[in-house]
Amino acid sequence: MSLARTESPIVRRSLIGIALVYLGVFIFIPLFIVFSTALQKGIVIYLNSLKDSDTIAAIQLTLLTALIAVPLNLVFGVAASWAIAKFDFHGKNFLLTLIDVPLSVSPVISGLIFVLLFGLQGVFGPWLRDHGWKIIFAPTAIILATIFVTFPMVARELIPVMKAQGNDEEEAAITLGASGWKTFWYITLPNIKWGLLYGVILCNARAMGEFGAVSVVSGHIRGLTNTLPLQIEILYNEYNFTAAFAAASLLAFLALITLLIKSLVEYRFRSELKAVRKQGAH
Amino acid sequence: MILLKQKSTLPGFRLALGYTVFYLSLIVLIPLSMLFVKTSTISFSDFWAVVTAPRTLAAYRLSFGAAFIASFINIFFGFLIAWVLARYNFPGKKIVDALIDFPFALPTAVAGIALTTIYSSNGLLGQYLYSIGIHSAYSWLGVVLALIFIGLPFVVRTVEPVLQEIDPEIEDAAASLGAGRLEIFLRIIFPAVLPSLVTGFSLAFARTIGEYGSVVFIAGNMPGKTEIAPLLIITKLEQYDYSGATAIALVMLIVSFLLLALTNLTQWWASKRIGMS
Repeated sequence: MSLARTESPIVRRSLIGIALVYLGVFIFIPLFIVFSTALQKGIVIYLNSLKDSDTIAAIQLTLLTALIAVPLNLVFGVAASWAIAKFDFHGKNFLLTLIDVPLSVSPVISGLIFVLLFGLQGVFGPWLRDHGWKIIFAPTAIILATIFVTFPMVARELIPVMKAQGNDEEEAAITLGASGWKTFWYITLPNIKWGLLYGVILCNARAMGEFGAVSVVSGHIRGLTNTLPLQIEILYNEYNFTAAFAAASLLAFLALITLLIKSLVEYRFRSELKAVRKQGAH
Repeated sequence: MILLKQKSTLPGFRLALGYTVFYLSLIVLIPLSMLFVKTSTISFSDFWAVVTAPRTLAAYRLSFGAAFIASFINIFFGFLIAWVLARYNFPGKKIVDALIDFPFALPTAVAGIALTTIYSSNGLLGQYLYSIGIHSAYSWLGVVLALIFIGLPFVVRTVEPVLQEIDPEIEDAAASLGAGRLEIFLRIIFPAVLPSLVTGFSLAFARTIGEYGSVVFIAGNMPGKTEIAPLLIITKLEQYDYSGATAIALVMLIVSFLLLALTNLTQWWASKRIGMS
């Protein structure tokens, strides 16, 4: 690095120092607190608090929610990114803006809209009641609100990756007589697999961790409509800090795994992109 | 297809776009339109009475004010962190870089209880702050602290790629023409990253005004004092006041959409400016 482009060692070290202190206060300490509070009374109490039947029911509901929400948003993400990355059409930017809408809606509002649809005073409320169906204060609403909140997660990761790959390989396959599905399966999918993986992992982390939207529609019925984040809130408000943080540590661990996979994907994607660019240069 | 700008050899456009629009309408547009449908059943005077009630105004002031302060603080430190990550090397940089997204990946409820534990009167940092008379939990300051945590990755991740893309040769050229380090920063680097700072600010602001999970534990939730707008929506819902909840929500949603439009406008302005130079 030339002298013109760098600061004196003192300035450099102070800037790194300030950055690390800020990150320390706002990121490292919270991360540390989650695990240290969870384990403060020892590993036995930590493990026992996770065996509580309400906590296990909450884990099961969280897994079920993610198991439904993530595949649905995955299929949407693939369809949306195929249309947006591979074709040029009118209204594309508007569509992109609409896809991002759930990200700028408050989680509480994301829950509210489903109450307005399916709650007792809602549009379909009386009809649902007459037919004996319950959506609000039941797992169905929790799953719907989660799908809404995590809606853009896969699409947002896939669109730039698919765009970067270009259309050349797919066009060659189609010209040589391959079917559309075959082309997608053998050409597109291997090219986007890392972006797809990260999109799914991120969507999953968000689905398992959603709090505000789920809180509005859940009704907080113990053992029935509590997801893991809601269970954490209940345990915390009962001053059962060890159990609350033990449950929280599961989600914090999931967040760390998500970040690890993100780093690996970025590393893989960067080297693959470099290879593609090198081929293009020849 | 009239929609397509040019004919493509690739198949599946109709199916992919059709499904995209169908699913988007079903999951996002129809549920979200309920907010407008419900509002249309409220008389204007009722609507106005709810959104201008002192308790509502106090909640807006806290949600918008704290989000503004937190995003403003994050602009400075987010820029500094992005600068350090883009330009310097230090041990553990890869781990630090990966952990920037931690607030984005961590469930908000987990963040909420962790921050409250840290900043309460006997917490790791709270004990020192309380001893000098700063009430860092159950106060508006607690709300700001939680929103700083939530908004940080948005600023860093918007500014960092722009800093990496600045052509070093321009800086070399400026230096060889006699410009000092500060002058290079003010006249070359800062104008180049300014649009991304604006974008980062509005992304962080938009994300934090509606934030609930990380804030509700540390806020204190005193009506008129430390009650955030999303919590007021929940309170109204628990009292079966759907109209009141909807009115408060609609105002928040409109502000979020205006911010989204502003962000897109900034990006358009930035890309136009780069295209011109």
